Amino acid sequence: MADTTATAPTTDAVPLVHAINVTKAFHGNEVLKGIDMDVRRGEVVVLLGPSGSGKTTFLRCINQLETIDGGRIWVDGDLMGYEDRGGTLHHLTDKQIAAQRREIGMCFQRFNLFPHKTVLENVVEAPVQVKGVKKAEARTRALQLLEQVGLGDKPSAYPSQLSGGQQQRVAIARALAMDPKLMLFDEPTSALDPELVGEVLKVMRDLAEGGMTMIVVTHEMGFAREVADRVVFMDAGVVVEEGPPANVIDNPQHARTRSFLSRMRQEEAAHAEAIVATVTENAEALAAIAKADAEAEMAAQAAIDNARDATQQR
Amino acid sequence: MMISSALTNPRWDWKFALEVMQQKPVLEGLVKGTLLGTVGSMIIGVGLGVIMAVMRLSANPVLRGVSFVYTWFFRSIPRYVLLATMGSLGYLYPVLDIGVPFGQPAGLTFGQIGINALSNMLAFGILGLGLSEAAYMAEIARAGILSVDRGQTEAAQALGMSPGKTMWRIVIPQAMRVIVPPTGNETIAMVKDTSLLLAMSITTELFFQTQAIGTRTLQIMPAYVAAVLWYLVICSVLMVGQSRLERYYGRGFGAVPKKTQQKLTKIEADH
Repeated sequence: MADTTATAPTTDAVPLVHAINVTKAFHGNEVLKGIDMDVRRGEVVVLLGPSGSGKTTFLRCINQLETIDGGRIWVDGDLMGYEDRGGTLHHLTDKQIAAQRREIGMCFQRFNLFPHKTVLENVVEAPVQVKGVKKAEARTRALQLLEQVGLGDKPSAYPSQLSGGQQQRVAIARALAMDPKLMLFDEPTSALDPELVGEVLKVMRDLAEGGMTMIVVTHEMGFAREVADRVVFMDAGVVVEEGPPANVIDNPQHARTRSFLSRMRQEEAAHAEAIVATVTENAEALAAIAKADAEAEMAAQAAIDNARDATQQR
Repeated sequence: MMISSALTNPRWDWKFALEVMQQKPVLEGLVKGTLLGTVGSMIIGVGLGVIMAVMRLSANPVLRGVSFVYTWFFRSIPRYVLLATMGSLGYLYPVLDIGVPFGQPAGLTFGQIGINALSNMLAFGILGLGLSEAAYMAEIARAGILSVDRGQTEAAQALGMSPGKTMWRIVIPQAMRVIVPPTGNETIAMVKDTSLLLAMSITTELFFQTQAIGTRTLQIMPAYVAAVLWYLVICSVLMVGQSRLERYYGRGFGAVPKKTQQKLTKIEADH
């Protein structure tokens, strides 16, 4: 790689991800308006923000799934997507970009497992095809990773036979098989049924505890509060505020952050209310049934008593 | 009524038809012209067709243009006309030099092929059918590739796979699920189109041979019946092959193949 080291030396003091003034527009519509962001090694950063705020786009710019219009992004000292030749930037070839992506794992909202391959084949594919790892070796490592995400018993299943939560965990194992330095999560739980969210978040939490550097786009407030080292709130293509979760989530400084968070809380509250309403409704229905039962029993008892009285009178 | 007529009218002469089916020239025509012709031209057609489809979807405008012109040209020309024209190429270029373009004066020619000797060779006919087929296959393959979810490409790219690996290992195998059924159709059509090889005066081909026996013995109908029966047999075999292929490429989508199901239950039983 060219002399990118001049601007971003690769020591531990320097962030793993270093983005300056990143801009991006889709058909004239500016989605990112100059994002600056540093992510240290081992840090877990959660990107929060309303939909359309540019958080997913920024995530995709980091591993070049989107090309950026302006600014620069370095990952571990490599300038992503470009080569700096004496001050002018030159596009890297597709192969060079592919090589840069090897060190960055990514999980998608819709999992994107390879449906024609089994779980094991999904995990083994990239190490063997991209890194040239021997098949047996890759297999052993894959089984280990599947064990780690709690799917050690499903290596020969096809993705279509798994639940969403299981598929997302396979996707995490698939990304980890490349031994990435950085993991990107793009709303990993928003396509899941509520009861499956927990298992995926648990795997991600374990990963964070293991020291993985992670950038996570999510609406899971609980996860952000407990796992994130830093929360970045984005709106309309700019970073509005950032800081430890306790500050940003519980004591936001900006009006936009406050309104977003209160909207999220309302949604959560509405969700909770809906659950309570359902439960109450069910309880009432059960009580009604019980009451009807009791009345019927009493009526029956009365009828029996009457009949007994009648026989005794005779 | 038709069945009873077929069984009772002696002019059908089933016995003679069966005899014709087993004649040596007929068998030779069947194997060489019809079967080899189908297999060969379909290999060229599918291979070149998939390459053309990939080119058509490429970001490079030159590749896209080449693919478009190719498809436009070969789809526009009737197969019979194409074969007849190719058969007459020897009139224009009696000798084909293999070497560096414009290098003849400097003696940069490595070898020569006589087109006239080649033009009635089966290989040339197969090439003609294959080139024509590739144009249709390109469209079928393109539809197949476009049917694969964009997320698949992104997932492969995010894992660091090169565009080529992404295409051949992730996208094409999934596209095959959509490509196979119409390709089966094309193969069956090709079995029948090998009879057009006659346009290049290739006579080792099923229909020409049976017809020849028919005209020679004046038993035209039984000879035709013999050809019909052979075509029925070949196409039936092909249809079985097609359904096998469909099951293979359908793995992981909806219905689980029997073998995998067995493997799965075995694994579960072991645990």
